[in-house]
Amino acid sequence: MSLYAQRAIKNVIAQLLAMVATLFGLFWLVWILWTTLSKGLAALKWSIFTQMTPPPGADGGLLNAFVGSLIMNGLAIVIATPIGIAAGTFLAEYARRTALGQIIRFVNDILLSAPSIVIGLFVYELMVRQMGHFSGWAGGVALSFIVLPVVVRTTDEMLQLVPSAMREASLSLGIPQWKVVVRILWRAARPGIVTGVLLALARISGETAPLLFTALNNQYWTANLNTPMANVPVVIFQYAMSPYDYWHALAWAGAFIVTLFILFISLGARALLSRNKVIND
Amino acid sequence: MSTAPESHMPAPSVERFATRDSRADSIFKGVFGLCALLVLLVLTGAALAMLWGGREAFAKFGWKFLVSSDWNAVTHEFGALVPIYGTLVTALIAMIIAIPVSFGIALFLTEVAPSWMRTPVGAAVELLAGIPSIIYGMWGLFVFAPFMAENIDPWLDEHLGSVPYIGALFSGPPLGLGMLTAGIVLGIMVIPFISSVMRDVFQTVPSRLKESAYALGSTRWEVVWHVILPYTRSAVIGGIFLGLGRALGETMAVTFVLGNAHELSASLLMPGNSIAATIANEFTEADSEIYLSSLIALGFLLFVVTFIVLALAKLMLMRLSQREGNR
Repeated sequence: MSLYAQRAIKNVIAQLLAMVATLFGLFWLVWILWTTLSKGLAALKWSIFTQMTPPPGADGGLLNAFVGSLIMNGLAIVIATPIGIAAGTFLAEYARRTALGQIIRFVNDILLSAPSIVIGLFVYELMVRQMGHFSGWAGGVALSFIVLPVVVRTTDEMLQLVPSAMREASLSLGIPQWKVVVRILWRAARPGIVTGVLLALARISGETAPLLFTALNNQYWTANLNTPMANVPVVIFQYAMSPYDYWHALAWAGAFIVTLFILFISLGARALLSRNKVIND
Repeated sequence: MSTAPESHMPAPSVERFATRDSRADSIFKGVFGLCALLVLLVLTGAALAMLWGGREAFAKFGWKFLVSSDWNAVTHEFGALVPIYGTLVTALIAMIIAIPVSFGIALFLTEVAPSWMRTPVGAAVELLAGIPSIIYGMWGLFVFAPFMAENIDPWLDEHLGSVPYIGALFSGPPLGLGMLTAGIVLGIMVIPFISSVMRDVFQTVPSRLKESAYALGSTRWEVVWHVILPYTRSAVIGGIFLGLGRALGETMAVTFVLGNAHELSASLLMPGNSIAATIANEFTEADSEIYLSSLIALGFLLFVVTFIVLALAKLMLMRLSQREGNR
C-alpha cells in the first residue's frame, strides 16, 4: 500500500472514531433522559403537589420537599448573589491584573469545581455543630457556597467584556468610579450576570451532598428555617435507596420534575445570553 | 438653579465634591474587596473546619489512618484504605473511558462535523453536564446496574475471569453493583466536562497554523495530531485533571452504585466504597465522636487530594492562555 493510501485510511478511521465517540456520548444522554422521562411521567400524579412525604406503607406526595427546596434555593441565591457580584466586580474593576486578583481567581476556580460534599461537611462544622441541630439555615448557607463561585466568575468575565471605551468616556465626564460601576458597567453586563445566577440556580437545584449534613430531611410540613427541612434531592436519595416500590415511584417523579426544572432554567439562561449577544453586535 | 433660600451658605466647592466622591470610592472598593476576600475565607475555612473536625481521628490513628483497612464502628477502629482505594480505582476507570471519548467528541465538534451540526450537538453534550448527579445515581441503580448484571458481568467473568494477571480483576458474581459500574457511570458524568474544555482550547488554535499544515498536504488527522494537540497540550491535560477532580469528589452517582462494602477486593465486579460515598452513607448513622471524626477526616483527605488535582488543572490551563497572550 502506498504511503498516501495509508495516510488517507488513517484519516478516515480517525474521523469515524470521532463520530463514534460523539454517538457514544449522545447515547447515554438519550438513555438517561428517556429513563427519567418514562419513569417520571408514569409516577406523576396530582397528589404529588398536594400531599406531604409519606411514612412507609402510606401514599403521599412531595409538597413539603418542593417548598423546602424552594425556600433553601431562594435563601442561597439571596445570600450569594450580592456578595458574588461585589467580589466579581472587585476582581474585574479593581484587581484585574494584580497578584491579589490572580490569587482570588485561582481559589474561586478551585471552589467552583470542589466536591460539594466537602462544602456540606464545612457547613456542618460551621453551623450545625454550633447550633446543635440540623436546620434549613444551614442548608441555605451550604448551597450559597456553591452559588458564590459561579456568580463571582460570571460577573468577573462579563465585566471584563464591557469595552474600556465605556469606562473611559464615563470617567472623563468626572463621574466617580463607584457610580460608573453601578450605573453603567453593571447595566451593560446585566444579562450576563443574570445568566450566571440562573446557571447557579440550576446547579443547586439538584445538589444533594451538601444538604445531607445540613438541612437533612423532614417528613412533615415546615417553613421554619430553624428546623431540619425537607428538600427534593435528599428525599429522592432516601426514597430511591429504600426497598419500597411506591417510594421509588415518588423518587422518580421528583427526579423528573427536578430535571425538567434544571433543563428549563439552563435553556432560558442560554436564550437570554444569545439574544443579548445579537443586540450587542 | 435657584439658590435663594440657602444663599447664606457657601456653594459646595469642587474640592468638597472631590473629597466626597473619593471617600465614597474608597468605601466602595473596601466593601467589594472584603467580599472578594470572603472567597479565600470560604476555601481556607473549609480546610480548617475539616481538619478541626477530624482532629480526634488524626490524633488517635495517626498515619495508620491512611493505610489501615479497618472500619469498625463497634471497636472504634477506623482506617481510610478501603475508601481511598475505591476512590482511586473508580476515578481511574472513569478516566480510561472519558479521555478517549472526550477527545473524540472535541475532535468531531471542532474539525469533523459540518458547521450546522456543531452547535446543537455541542449543546446536547453540555446538557449531559447539567443533569444532576443524583439522576445519574438513580439511573445507575435502577437501569444500568441490572443491565450490567444481566449482560456485561457474566460475559466478563466467563471470558476474562480466567485470563492470567488481569483475570482477578474481572472474576466475581454478577451483582451489577460494584466498582466497574461506578467507574462507568462516573466516566459518563465527566465526559461533558473534559470534552467542553478540549473543544474550547482546540478552537483557540490559530487558523493560520492549521491552514499552513493543510497547504503542505496534511490530512485532517495529521493536522489534529501534529498541530492542534501539540499546541494545546498543557490545556488538554488541564481539562483532563479538571475531570479527574470531578470524578474523585463525585458523591451521589457513586453512592448509589458502589454497593457500600468496606472490603478490599481485587475484582472490579465486587462492591466497594469511596471516600465520598462512605461519608454520604454513614454520616447520619455515626453514633460516636470518633466515628464522626473519622468521617470528617476522610472529607479532609478528599479535600486535599482534589485541591491538588484542581490546582494542577488550573495551572495547566493558564499556561495555554499565557502563550496566547505572548503570541
